[in-house]
Amino acid sequence: MKSPLFRRLLLAFAAPVAAFVFAFVLSSIVLILSGYNPIDAYGEMITNALKLESMIDMLNETTPLYISGVAAAIGFRMNLFNIGVEGQYQLAAFAAAVIGAKVVLPDGLHMLFVMGVAMVVGGLYSGLAGLLKVTRGVNEVISTIMLNSVATLGIIAGLFKIFLEKKSGGAVGGGTTPLAETAWIPDLNGFVELFTREITKGRKLTGMLVVAVIVGVLYHLFINRSRLGFDVRATGMNPLAAKVGGVPSKQMVLLAMVLSGVVAGLVGMPDLLSRTHAYDQGFTKLRGFAGIAVALLGRNHPGGMVGAALLFAFLNTSSGILQITGTASSEIVTIMQGIILLAAVVAYQMVGQVKQREEVKLASEATVGATA
Amino acid sequence: MPTAIELIGITKRFPGVIANDNINFSVEEGEIHAICGENGAGKSTLMKILYGMQPADEGVMKVNGVEVNFSSPTDAIAAGIGMVHQHFMLADQFTVIENVILGSEPTKHGVLDFDTAKAHLANVGESYGLTIDPDDFVTELEVGERQRVEIIKVLYRGANILILDEPTAVLVPQEVEALFDNLRELKAAGSTIIFIDHKLQEVLEISDRITVIRRGKTITTVNAADVTAGDLAELMVGEELPSPETTESTVTDTVALEVKNITVLDEFHRPVVDDVSFSIHKGEVLGVAGIEGNGQGELVDAIVGMEKPESGSVWLSGKDVSSHSVRERRDEGFGYVPKDRHEEGLLLTAPLWENAALGHQTKAPYSKGMWIDRKGSRDRTDEIRERFDVRSPNADVSAHALSGGNQQKLIIGRELICDPKVMILAHPTRGIDVGAQAAVWNEIRTARAAGQASMLISADLDELIGLSDRIVVMFHGRLVAELDPSEVTPRLLGSYMTGAALQGGDELQGGDEMDGSDESAGEHTASAMSETAEGAQ
Amino acid sequence: MNFAQFQKLPAYLRWPVLAFVGILVLSIVQFFTDQQLLTSTTTIQTALKWAMPILIAGLGGLFAERCGVVHIGLEGMMILGTWCGAWGALQFGSPWWGLVSGIVGGALGGLLHAIATVAFSVDHIVSGVAINILAPGTARYLSERVFTQMDGGSISQSPRVESLGDFTWPILAKGPDLLGKVERLDWFLISDLFGVLRGLLFQMTYLTAIGLALVPISAFLLNKTKFGLRLRIAGEKPLAGESLGINIYRQKFLGVIISGGLAGLAGSFIVLELAGLYRQNQTTGRGFIALAALIFGNWKARGVLTGAVLFGYPFGLSLRDLEGTATRSLLLVIAIALLAVVVWALSEKNKADAILAGAVAAGSLLFFFGTETAPKWLPGTMPYVLVLLVLVFASQRLRMPAAVGLPYRKGGS
Repeated sequence: MKSPLFRRLLLAFAAPVAAFVFAFVLSSIVLILSGYNPIDAYGEMITNALKLESMIDMLNETTPLYISGVAAAIGFRMNLFNIGVEGQYQLAAFAAAVIGAKVVLPDGLHMLFVMGVAMVVGGLYSGLAGLLKVTRGVNEVISTIMLNSVATLGIIAGLFKIFLEKKSGGAVGGGTTPLAETAWIPDLNGFVELFTREITKGRKLTGMLVVAVIVGVLYHLFINRSRLGFDVRATGMNPLAAKVGGVPSKQMVLLAMVLSGVVAGLVGMPDLLSRTHAYDQGFTKLRGFAGIAVALLGRNHPGGMVGAALLFAFLNTSSGILQITGTASSEIVTIMQGIILLAAVVAYQMVGQVKQREEVKLASEATVGATA
Repeated sequence: MPTAIELIGITKRFPGVIANDNINFSVEEGEIHAICGENGAGKSTLMKILYGMQPADEGVMKVNGVEVNFSSPTDAIAAGIGMVHQHFMLADQFTVIENVILGSEPTKHGVLDFDTAKAHLANVGESYGLTIDPDDFVTELEVGERQRVEIIKVLYRGANILILDEPTAVLVPQEVEALFDNLRELKAAGSTIIFIDHKLQEVLEISDRITVIRRGKTITTVNAADVTAGDLAELMVGEELPSPETTESTVTDTVALEVKNITVLDEFHRPVVDDVSFSIHKGEVLGVAGIEGNGQGELVDAIVGMEKPESGSVWLSGKDVSSHSVRERRDEGFGYVPKDRHEEGLLLTAPLWENAALGHQTKAPYSKGMWIDRKGSRDRTDEIRERFDVRSPNADVSAHALSGGNQQKLIIGRELICDPKVMILAHPTRGIDVGAQAAVWNEIRTARAAGQASMLISADLDELIGLSDRIVVMFHGRLVAELDPSEVTPRLLGSYMTGAALQGGDELQGGDEMDGSDESAGEHTASAMSETAEGAQ
Repeated sequence: MNFAQFQKLPAYLRWPVLAFVGILVLSIVQFFTDQQLLTSTTTIQTALKWAMPILIAGLGGLFAERCGVVHIGLEGMMILGTWCGAWGALQFGSPWWGLVSGIVGGALGGLLHAIATVAFSVDHIVSGVAINILAPGTARYLSERVFTQMDGGSISQSPRVESLGDFTWPILAKGPDLLGKVERLDWFLISDLFGVLRGLLFQMTYLTAIGLALVPISAFLLNKTKFGLRLRIAGEKPLAGESLGINIYRQKFLGVIISGGLAGLAGSFIVLELAGLYRQNQTTGRGFIALAALIFGNWKARGVLTGAVLFGYPFGLSLRDLEGTATRSLLLVIAIALLAVVVWALSEKNKADAILAGAVAAGSLLFFFGTETAPKWLPGTMPYVLVLLVLVFASQRLRMPAAVGLPYRKGGS
């Protein structure tokens, strides 16, 4: 007989592996139909990913994706669909860039201040959707999507011009006034180089990686170990039963929504604090939606989402090499991401059903055993 | 007499259980044939097989002598079989006629032909003495009327073999009589009726022959005229039936729960709970009788703090807890078993230990400070599983995997193990098997003996009468009568529940002795009664 | 007349009354702010055109949600519709083929959603979100494969495509142009009414006519046919349908595929009638606005139309209104509408609504008097704000199909 641990692991990994294999096969078919050689393409992607600099790129990409995934997952654990991470992080990054440039603070403290502003703004903005839900019954999916547009097309677009960097001679720059160096987050190159060769090509591993790890650990402690997290999960599984069990469901909705927004506020920080140092027209977009994908693929699990974020980051950073080497269209990676995601949610569902049946069997065996 | 339905060796397995194990019996044309068995004996599975909703794994089924093989209800309908489900299969937002024609819609040029449908419906109604307005929305109908729609639905399709799955479960005695009249009329018109139930008196009253099923096996088929309820009970459980009798009174003088003038309004600002007051003493079980929807649910919500009442107060051991949240009330000593374990009681996808902690997660051993104590919770869960005989492989299995009875024992166990001062029990034994039912009754009695005050809401009148020290009847949001369970019959209780006893202007029968220490509630009851009586005139 | 009486009116009276009140408010505001754009033929035309994708996609949502499937993937299917619409039109040389291909593209998306949610019981929102992530990626990949090979095409846009064309109602809107004559007389309210009517009939595109016709067709299909009855039972009480021998899976599959097809049609409308080409991110969240229109419309075809017009109007206005004066006037319209909500809420003794509506109305008025022309970002934001506002006041009065979003398994297990 197989050990229960083995079975548990098998069930936990069956779905993502099946989804990955399915996506792999389907993407290969797409590549072949498009006249590319899939072996070449995958080979190129893997060879590239093994280079130190590519790994740095990948980790830099993983960092915001993971944070965004956690932000979405906090909502998901409570059956709240915060589709608004996108708007929340854009607005938070914009506000943090503007306010952060106006203050003078000592090294380090300045950086924490900017992060704090971003978290507060993100939390307030998502809290608005939470408030609409608990007081007015507005579906959070619709409201957060509308608030995304309001944030990017309205608030940021409206205020952007006012806060453009004023250069000498009356000219304006293409973004907000850059943050002083006191607000920059140090890179981790020195630490990495302890174990590897020197990092070249100007690559810098963002210090936000540390923050992402902290976010992941806190998320785990909160959702799986704390009483408040238990209340959140209980409400997500069965709001009525949770209420009977003394959990104030409206407060939980607000709490989960605000926490989700607070974490969402950090999504723009790797860019702001270690790369652009200002909010400009080209500020990275769509990380909020990618975060939803990461949360779905990683099953809202703090560890699972690490894998999901790494996978998406790997695909994102590989698209460039496919373009350069001409082994395949770089856009194939977005298709692969979509297929993996869809295949994964279907696979999770199927494995979940198998698991349920097993449990029912186990439980009824226990019943029979007790009677006999 | 020709045979309408014959089952030979029907077997159906589910993972880990054999629901039907070599079922054999036959139903003659034009008879009312009851299928009897306790909950979980496999009746419902059998009916699903008969009606084509699930295929049998083995066995042969013959309808009117011809072997059939149903792959969906369509086949069963085509063979002249119709089914009235225990849980009504009606869309609330559809009209009666829409519900009736569904699946066999008459059309004219591709458009639904409501005129033809209504004419046919009127025809069917006339021939069987069943009337209903085809344009009413189902959501506006009473329970009895909904059941009539279900029966009409079946007859509309020209079914001559009707299966009724526990049709009396949702009805009060008076409605049951009306249903039985309808069934006799159907029988007179030549229909064959298969009637599933576990209420023995009803079964004996209505049926010609009875087939008893136990643990998925057919035990025997008997003539209703030849057996007594006792015989049937023995056949069903294979042993003496447990009964919900309580021993001598343990009622003390200390008031544990006092509810004063609670009024709850619905969304249209009409009172659904209308100025209700009562008190429960330590060691007392107060039974609340009433047809569902007469405000019991809202009253319970107000008492446990789920909804804020319009006015009134709740006192626990002399302390006003009216402004407390559910959690604060629980911490003060409330225990609550909600009426629907799936909807309100359990986190079905969560492990048992999390379900055990639910409602008590603020206290040791479930938590330490702001953190959940996983080991403490698991140990406590194992204790519950042991003491309350929750049959389960371990504390980590999901709640959905357990049978209904074991789920219910878990819920009752998680409340009782915390020793609440006041326990609110809403339908604690609904839909669980006889063994689990007896266990639950036992726990309630033990807690009562230990001085717990309990409020018991139940639709099972035998349970109410057997367990309660006092019974109050709720009708249209008011407490309209207080009765002594030792002197009341289910029939009399039923007449109070439907308001019949009130509208007839009858005096309280069966003893309305008021608890000496509870005069205000008594006065209130009397005044509420006279108002209701006036309103009816 | 109070609200309760209004609600009792038969539908064929209720909707014209509602439309009339709307136009009345617009013309009053127009009169006081001295401007013509709010009800001019061109504004109405544009507004109608912009309402169409929302309407058609909203009707798509209607078919999915009435059979019990939440359809947040409308946006993704619209995106598939935009790409396929452009591709079909270019490939086969006729916009009608674009239309067909757009519908097929959307329907394929619907099929995918149906497979995930109906066959595999995946959470409806999860599947919808996944499709919304997959669709733009697919469109971009396909563009890279197809449109970059074409003249004037690139990875983010296609070459230009033809429109389906339009027609003008004779006599009323051209030739003698009776409606136009009255509109130009500039009589208070009357001219506005005629302006709106003329806007509907002047150069009405064939596709707009199709879109409008889809409203009664959808209502008829859902309410008066066997197909509709069976579709609706899947969204209200699938087990009841199953117990009468109806194949619920089939109904759900059909509903979701039709839904996808309509979303695809909405996407090709954007390509063929609004933009004249495929462009990346062309749908700008209109799939979600369609969903909001569906919710606002209480899951009824006519309600979707109202929602679509309500949400499409500010889009259309913003395009015509280059100076931002009309959008500024719109602030006044919103304030008036909110004051009406205040009065109504007070008559219903609903203090919370009254205070909230009053506060937002006051804010809107302040904004109105504080500016000469609306800031540039306001027109583009207005539709989204409007959706939020409407949902804030309407959400609690709505009833969605009873079984929407619930997983269904045959045999109840």
